[in-house]
Amino acid sequence: MAEGYAMATGRVGVAMVTSGPGATNLITPLQNAKMDSTPLVAITGQVGTSAIGSDAFQEAYTTGLAMHCTKHSYLVTDADEIPNVVHEAFHLASTGRPGPVLIDIPKDILNASTTLSEPTLAGLPGYKPTTHGHPKQIKAAISMIENAERPVLYVGGGVINAGASAELIEFAEAVNAPVVTTLMARGAFPDHHRLALGMSGMHGTYTATTAIQKADVLVSLGARFDDRVTGSVVDFAPHAKVIHVDVDPAEIGKVRNAEVPIVGDAKNVLQALIDRLLATREAADAPWRKEWFEQLTSWQKSHPLAYSQEPGGPIKTQYFIERLHAVTGGDAVVASGVGQHQMWVSQFWGFETPRSWVNSGGLGTMGFAIPAAIGAKAARPDDLVFALDGDGCFQMTFQELITATTENIPVKVAVFNNAGYGMVKQWQNLFYGGRISATYLDPSVPDYPKLAEAMGCVGLRATNPDEVDVVIEKSLAVNDRPVVIEVVTDSDEMCFPMVPAGGSNDTIVMGPQDL
Amino acid sequence: MSQHTLSVIVEDKPGVLARVSAMFSNRGFNIHSLAVGPTHVDGRSHITLVVDAPELEQVKKQLHKLINVIKVQELDTAQALQSEVMIVRVSCQPADRGQVTDTAALFSARMIDLSAVSMTFEISGPPSQLASFVEHMKPYGVMDLVKSGRVAMKRLSDISPAVVVTSNR
Repeated sequence: MAEGYAMATGRVGVAMVTSGPGATNLITPLQNAKMDSTPLVAITGQVGTSAIGSDAFQEAYTTGLAMHCTKHSYLVTDADEIPNVVHEAFHLASTGRPGPVLIDIPKDILNASTTLSEPTLAGLPGYKPTTHGHPKQIKAAISMIENAERPVLYVGGGVINAGASAELIEFAEAVNAPVVTTLMARGAFPDHHRLALGMSGMHGTYTATTAIQKADVLVSLGARFDDRVTGSVVDFAPHAKVIHVDVDPAEIGKVRNAEVPIVGDAKNVLQALIDRLLATREAADAPWRKEWFEQLTSWQKSHPLAYSQEPGGPIKTQYFIERLHAVTGGDAVVASGVGQHQMWVSQFWGFETPRSWVNSGGLGTMGFAIPAAIGAKAARPDDLVFALDGDGCFQMTFQELITATTENIPVKVAVFNNAGYGMVKQWQNLFYGGRISATYLDPSVPDYPKLAEAMGCVGLRATNPDEVDVVIEKSLAVNDRPVVIEVVTDSDEMCFPMVPAGGSNDTIVMGPQDL
Repeated sequence: MSQHTLSVIVEDKPGVLARVSAMFSNRGFNIHSLAVGPTHVDGRSHITLVVDAPELEQVKKQLHKLINVIKVQELDTAQALQSEVMIVRVSCQPADRGQVTDTAALFSARMIDLSAVSMTFEISGPPSQLASFVEHMKPYGVMDLVKSGRVAMKRLSDISPAVVVTSNR
């Protein structure tokens, strides 16, 4: 919930839990926030200071457990430290590369009295993020981009974290370069824009993935060359010189060597690039790159995203997503779980604005959608918030809808019931000889609408394509409680395009016929 | 994998050493030697790390990401000022004491314990000097040996370490 709140707003999300099991249950969200650079402050209770280390009731070594899944952590041992620690925690969570910060507070410290002192950041002598790119590197980057024949802007979640979408659009237009957005960056650049190529990588569009493979200059902005983007690293973007912009210096050169490394916040660096560009030429002089754009357009025509919805046949998840977008005009925050449905939302939902997409990218945490959507709705009560979830994911976290009902947070949930873990089943079918194992869920259990009603939500179901618009309209008419729509979908549908894990991005599988 | 020497200035706070050492284990790198102690500045500790790692650029960046780490410096192992303390117990009958003591004197090793069957020396200096001393003591029989972690500091003088008498590398 805290992550959904943070991703939908850019503000620091806060989670508070008890000691022991409360803290251990928080480990997954912390790692999720770390992987996706989500600003989070987690406050955990701890047993009293005199009991620490004695295996006391509900004791866990929380700061130790969280060491690898936080940006930083604190164990407060004196109530006088609390103002500074809280101040530092919010500063650390929200600046530089955002991330989760944990504050562990023993019970006696929570009960103690203290005098509020004016908090300072003097206790962080080693923390000075570099936010402005080096002018020499900015100059080198501009020269490289201006001379490129086949440039691609490879945009990651850092652009959303930096609030740099406006600068990105201005820059992309000024240099006339196509834009690829990673899963975490969906919405950073409007999908309807003439320069937008969509998502690249394992389930990206053919054009986005192939554009990077053929690029001569790759400008990475707040992206981290994740394996789901690169496929086989040695085969990734083999012709490209790389300009790598990231606020975290440790990302630069981690996976791929950068010809022009730029440490800095994406917003500042993009602004510096624009300023440098405008200082050296008129914006109208943007290189035309006719051949490159003709090539991209031809790929878009020959290899579009595709699926086939039979009029009487089972509902395709892609069809529901397209209909929901059409009915709502795309004016919604969408949250997803992890798996096929997540990829289809990324592919088929036209994202136009940053922070309209809430999902678990790096860690791939199933069950993310419902709590994240509740957090997003709590943060943006006037916006339509839709969780687009799989049946596997739904079964992991649906109980949070009780909280949504109780707290009057009217989120909407569509559960794509394809009778199992569709993505894992897809791999079992494609790469493991059809040996289906542990990926089947009985589609009739639970009865989703009944379960929804039991939790105080409105429960709906669509089993035929012609019911899709009807249930969407019905769900939009409810504003006083959560709604759950069970969408009974085709259990054999597979997600394409696909680059098999570890394969080269030159070997894109467009459908089962390619295997 | 090659050995690298890192000089790391950190805040003197609980848990900092755990964070630093965990960062190495997280990446599967072995820490060959580790020494921690306060510096002349209040609230600052100096960690000297000798690590087996293929390359250090990523390690240095990851160390720097730790909030309590203030400065990270890689030292040129051949040039840096380096010292270790070693205590070594050598099997030694009274008849051999003269020879052993003579050898120890050549290395400026100090005898700190004497028993009927052994002599125990304390010696400090660059790692190569300590290794050489151990080689010379082996014929008598090394009974026990303990070493501190290596401490190191950047050399500022232009003097080539080869001409510094106490350092034979």
